[in-house]
This record gives sequence, structure tokens and C-alpha cells, in this order.
Amino acid sequence: MKKYVLDLTVKSVEALSAKHVLIKLTSEETLPEMTPGQFVEVRVDNSPSTYLRRPISINLVDYNLNELWLLVAMIGDGTRQLGKLHAGDKLNCLFPLGNGFTMPVDKSEKILLVGGGVGVAPLLHFGCEIRRMGGQPTFLLGARSKSDLLELEYFEKIGRVFVTTEDGSLGEKGFVTNHSILQNEKFSRISTCGPKPMMVSVARYAMSNNIECEASLENNMACGIGACLCCVEKTTEGHVCVCQEGPVLNIKKLLWQI
Amino acid sequence: MANLNVKINDLVLKNPVMTASGTFGYGIEFADLVPLDELGGIIVKGTTLHAREGNDYPRMAETASGMLNCVGLQNKGVDYFCEHIYPQIKDINTNMIVNVSGNDPETYAECAARIDALDSIPAIELNISCPNVKHGGMSFGVTCDGAASVVKAVRNAYHKTLIVKLSPNVTDITSIARTCEEEGADAVSLINTLMGMAVDIEKREPMLSIRTGGLSGPAVKPVALRMVYDVAHAVNIPVVGLGGISNTSDAIEFLMCGATAIEIGTSNFVDPTVTINVINGINDWLDSHGCKSINEIIGAIKD
Repeated sequence: MKKYVLDLTVKSVEALSAKHVLIKLTSEETLPEMTPGQFVEVRVDNSPSTYLRRPISINLVDYNLNELWLLVAMIGDGTRQLGKLHAGDKLNCLFPLGNGFTMPVDKSEKILLVGGGVGVAPLLHFGCEIRRMGGQPTFLLGARSKSDLLELEYFEKIGRVFVTTEDGSLGEKGFVTNHSILQNEKFSRISTCGPKPMMVSVARYAMSNNIECEASLENNMACGIGACLCCVEKTTEGHVCVCQEGPVLNIKKLLWQI
Repeated sequence: MANLNVKINDLVLKNPVMTASGTFGYGIEFADLVPLDELGGIIVKGTTLHAREGNDYPRMAETASGMLNCVGLQNKGVDYFCEHIYPQIKDINTNMIVNVSGNDPETYAECAARIDALDSIPAIELNISCPNVKHGGMSFGVTCDGAASVVKAVRNAYHKTLIVKLSPNVTDITSIARTCEEEGADAVSLINTLMGMAVDIEKREPMLSIRTGGLSGPAVKPVALRMVYDVAHAVNIPVVGLGGISNTSDAIEFLMCGATAIEIGTSNFVDPTVTINVINGINDWLDSHGCKSINEIIGAIKD
């Protein structure tokens, strides 16, 4: 997939929580095709302590509106600067990068998309693409509390949504892997993105139930294009670059303690 | 349009801008973003006789104006390079240079000899910052004897342009440079990364899996420039300058301090098209200053 480095224009920046912003970008040119699970390396200006680009998951691509959405968790100074962008600002983006989620073989394939925290970001794009091919995505989204559930209204528009919160403020109380949907329904594939402990539990559930499963990793990264070999994950094939071979990898390849 | 050609021994570069090893993959990773044929040279990933898995993750820590890395020379070995990678890069119309590493003089020489046989690789860059496995693991590049042992062995096995990449983690880099010249190096490149470390204060642990790593990026540029100046005034072979170059003015500083060519490394991560911007920038600078040739500014610093 051809990579581009482009100055995209910020269309809007919306606060979704105290720590999360949704940045909608556009371009005068038609945005390239992007597959769900791919990411963008954004250059951060105006942050003296930030030298490297920041890898951000593609949250959504609206080809009709020519919009690219990035859901950003403001963790350090670099991402906080991204939260201070305004409509009309330029954001230098290197994209689309990495390999995304495997698309369903046909529209009847029953896929469960499991997200936690800001890890829900690529699942919105994935769900929309499943919808575009006529499928029906099912989402299982987890967060600490109701206020930490991001973009719930968008997920509800495109598929069935099941929720867990650790404090029980919305949906079932507990972790995603405790949700009753996993007992009540059978899925042929699970795609997950979120904190590593969550993805490990999801992988364990998938493995013990003989379900195909892919996880999106977020190893600390520099170049984003497989040149520096910093973001490696140990796999059955040795060290592989998460930025190039991933970020989405089949759990059978990973050496996690599942 | 000024003449940007420079020469390192028999090697002609269409301009002085190359990419630093380990920051530009095998070139093909950047093919969508950079017209590779326009570069003066591409120095590909560190290659060793046998495959290496490299160090454990985490391998990188961002720092003020730079980064630390401890990748540890992950590569699939020279045979894999010759069979699988070389066919993909041999027709790129620039100087494709292989960075060579080893554990002892014999493995360095053996690796260099395999690359000597590849028609489209006109030069190697020898990384002498590797640990000397036979002598307690201290880097070859930090003593004159260590550097001499590697350069001598490789010089006997390798017949094209030999560039030796020097470590800055030494008391006197000029003495190492002179030793490499005496042992038959055609050029020296400097600096490799500076040893450093960073700590995760919440975990009370080093940020890097092997505790220390090499610092690169704009943070190291003044140190690199000083060393390039010193070495360029100490040896009679060409010097290739690198260390934190991220724009045209940085590149011209190195050239004025005596570098015949330069390498751009870590900046490729931040600005993937930086190499082309610097080539164009050098040309514009020469034009606007009435210089007909790049040679008018190499070593042109007033003492």
C-alpha cells in the first residue's frame, strides 16, 4: 500500500473526555484508501520535549466527506499538543502505515470486535467497513467507567454494542471477558485492541474456544515504516516490527503467556 | 545548478548526501516517499556474518531532541542479504553501501568478503563499535589496537571502497582515525551514537532492555561536528560526517568542517523526505552564494 507524507487540514477538534480528543482531518486531494487497523505517524510541532512522530490509530475514514478521524489519548506533552490544534491548522501525517485487521470472508461471518479504552479507535473504522460490505458487526467495549466509554453513539449506529464497566456504571460490571455475550453467542473471529492485559485475556478466551483472533499492538515506535527496528515484538518467527508486520497480528504468532 | 559531485576514493557520489545505517532500512522502505535515485548513497542496515535477533524490547527511548536505541544489530545475516535483499536493491541508481559488523576480526572479514562479490555494492562501511567477543566484550572501536585488528583483517578481504565508522565513545577519536588510515581505510565516517541511558521513574527501571543505548538526533550534533572537525584535520583520507543532521544548514556546517560527504540518520524518522530537502537546499545555498561546486565549501571553515 503506497505511503504518503501530507499536510492534512484540521477540520475540527472535539473533546470526548478530559483526556481524549477526536481530531477530524481533511485534504484538498482525495484521501488514499486505508484499511481498518492501520495507523498514521503524526508530526508534533510546538512541543520541545517531543522529537519523534506519534503513532495514532485510524479511527475512521469517511470517503464521502474526505475525512480522516484520529482519536487521541492525551498522555504526554506531544499528544497534549495535538489536543490544542484548531480548525484550519495543518497536521503533517505519514500514512497509511502497517497491516490492519483481516476483513471477513463474507458478510455473514460473525465477528466480534473487542475494544478497551482508547483501543476502541480502530474498531469504529473496522465496523464501518464491515457494514459497507453488508455485514453486521458486534462490538464488546470495556472501560473503567461510563464516562470513559468513547464514541459509544457512533458504535451504536453501525452495529450491536455490548458494554462492560469496571464500576458497573454502564452495561455489565467487570471486564470484557466476563460479559455474558461470550457465553450466549458463538463467534467465528475476534478482533481486539486495547490495553495489553485486556488483549491477553481476550486472546486466552479465543484460544480456549478455538476462535480465530487478531490483536492490535502498540509497542513503542520510532520510524513507523520498518526501518529502525525499535518496535519489535517477539513472535514465532522471531522479532518482527509491529509498525510493519503489525500492528495487527494473529495471536497464534505471539509469544504471550496465554 | 552547482556541481554537487564528491569522491570518496574511487567512489563517485552525485551529491554528498547519504543515509545513515539503521535509519533508512534497505532504502526500499522509503521508496514511496523519496526518489532514491537522487541520493548520493544509501547505507543499508548493519549486516553480520550470521543472523542476529538483536536485543529484547524495549529498544528505544525518546530524549530531548533525539532518541536512544539498543536495537543490537538485528539482521538475517549476510547470506540472506545476498540472496534475498540484494536482488531487490541492486538496480537502485545510487551507491548502495552495506554497513558491516562482527564479533571478531575473522567474522568481519568473512562478511566483507561475501559483499565484495556483489557487483552493485561499491563500498562498505565498517561498524567498529561492536563488542569484541574474544577480548572481554569491549568495543573494537575504543582502542587503536582493536580498531587496527578489524580494519587490517577486512582490508585484506575487501577490495573496494572501505569506509570505517568511528565510535565517539573514546578519549581521542583522532588517534583511532589515524590508525584506521594506516591500516588502509579509504575513508572514515563519524560519529556513531553516544552511549547513554534513561530511566522510567515509576517502574524504577531503565527504559531500555539492556540498560544503555546509543543517543542520536539533533542533541548530538555539536559533539559530532567538533569530532568531524578534529578528524578532518588529523587524517588525509576523506571524512564522512554524521550526527544529528536535520537540515541544509546542519549539512553545510559538517562540509565546512571538512566532511567530504554527510549521512542523515535519525531525522529520517521525523521527516522522511529530509534527504531530498537537504540536497536541494545545498544546491540552492551554493547557487545563492555564487559557488559553482560543492568542493568550494568542503573544509572551507576559517580558522
